[in-house]
Amino acid sequence: MKDLRERVHSGNILVADGAMGTMLMARGYGSEKVPEMVNLECPEILEEIARMYIKAGADIVQTNTFGASPLKLEKSNLSHKMKEINAVAVQAARTAAGAQVYVCASVGPTGRVLKPYGDAEPEAVKDSYVKQLEVLVESGVDAVCIETMTDLSEAILALEAAKKVAKEIPIIVTMTFEYTSKGFYTVMGASIERSANELESRGADIIGSNCGNGIEKMVMIAREFRKYTKLPIIVQPNAGLPQIKNGKILYPETPEFFSRYIPILRDIGVSIIGGCCGTTPDHIAIIRNMLNANGVQQNH
Amino acid sequence: MHAIELLKQSIIDGDEEKASLYVNEALAAKIDPQRIVNEALIDGMNVVGERFRVHEIFLPEVLLAAKAMYAALAKIKPLFIKEKMPTRGKVVIGSVQGDLHDIGKNLVAIMLEGAGYEIIDLGTDVLPERFVDEAVKQNAQVIGMSALLTTTMPVMGKVMEILKERGLLGKIKVIIGGAPVNDDFCKEIGADAYCYDAANAVETVKRLLNERV
Repeated sequence: MKDLRERVHSGNILVADGAMGTMLMARGYGSEKVPEMVNLECPEILEEIARMYIKAGADIVQTNTFGASPLKLEKSNLSHKMKEINAVAVQAARTAAGAQVYVCASVGPTGRVLKPYGDAEPEAVKDSYVKQLEVLVESGVDAVCIETMTDLSEAILALEAAKKVAKEIPIIVTMTFEYTSKGFYTVMGASIERSANELESRGADIIGSNCGNGIEKMVMIAREFRKYTKLPIIVQPNAGLPQIKNGKILYPETPEFFSRYIPILRDIGVSIIGGCCGTTPDHIAIIRNMLNANGVQQNH
Repeated sequence: MHAIELLKQSIIDGDEEKASLYVNEALAAKIDPQRIVNEALIDGMNVVGERFRVHEIFLPEVLLAAKAMYAALAKIKPLFIKEKMPTRGKVVIGSVQGDLHDIGKNLVAIMLEGAGYEIIDLGTDVLPERFVDEAVKQNAQVIGMSALLTTTMPVMGKVMEILKERGLLGKIKVIIGGAPVNDDFCKEIGADAYCYDAANAVETVKRLLNERV
């Protein structure tokens, strides 16, 4: 399989998968358990979800390892299962992906606040990422995606850990921004400009944003990233912000709504488009169709 | 007088060392501890909360201010041991079952404590029964629940059902917050108020307990 970087540098727009958490929820992994429990109890579900996204046209599927760093697992008393949780997730995704689709390792925040604002030592946080990434890389992922970051310092620690462990494979970093009266900032105060500058100068291969916003705001975020970086850009919007109807959680942005914005993202020069919370295989299928209709062919 | 202003400013600046220094000066000057809490600690955190609300500052600055506030509070607390720390009310707070996120919840706890409320923090992954049991046991007036995940927010509804079963609806006020939560959801489950941020949580608790904002 061609390196993901070559693919995007040659002008391909790749499609990433959609949500994992909300898909797991629909299969009974709801409020009582952390999402990584499914890796131990029922990895077939992970394979099934990956297959659904691949069938919908995804070029990239992510592993269910968002919260599987040792520090994060500590909170649910699962850190002793760290290796198994990460290895099983890669295997499940790989079984579905075969040799044609990229398996991308999802790495999320540790949930700890770094000194001096909180009590976490930077070295401990970095070490936690190194341990998780060692398992993920050894299990055979094609890329690493450090995602949903709000603290740029933590994102950089994860990036450094990834560069140390995963020397050959591409590293993606995505941040989650809020729309404020002063523009887009993470809750920890990182702007898009500063995020782009820092992540690019420290060697990330692909950067962008996931979660926190629906597709309209994500278009604005992509535009701003384009202003500040030469790197390929990735966006993974939510299907809008969740609403509650008759006790059920509903994400308002339909696949059709998403489809209107795909040509705009293409024109901005976004390299990877996927989905976060609330997106489904139908969202991914329509992204694929819109790109195909606009002359971007899928390679597999 | 001077020491109080300096202490307030050191909390706004998030300067823990200076906060410790000026709280000692204020106490040495025999300023009433309650006045120090109200005019330096609470007023200082109010300024911080407002700046956070309008995105003038972000979470790191709030966390530093909280550290400075706690450093000062730690020196004042022993003076209240005999007469018990006076509070404006008790709030039981936690992230709901299945949810391990605590940054938002901690922030609300900090701001409420800064505003003079006693906080019973149950931490994360809190069972619905526990919110109610603790609130009853501690004689708290308010339950505060946080959820970051759409998958965990239905637990808030369970807490409302338990309150209803035990005839405590309206007697214990319930505030909810977190990224996926909104006013509609609040109405749907019958909670007393949705709070869109930490400063709003303080205003809401004050309002619910019939105090002036």
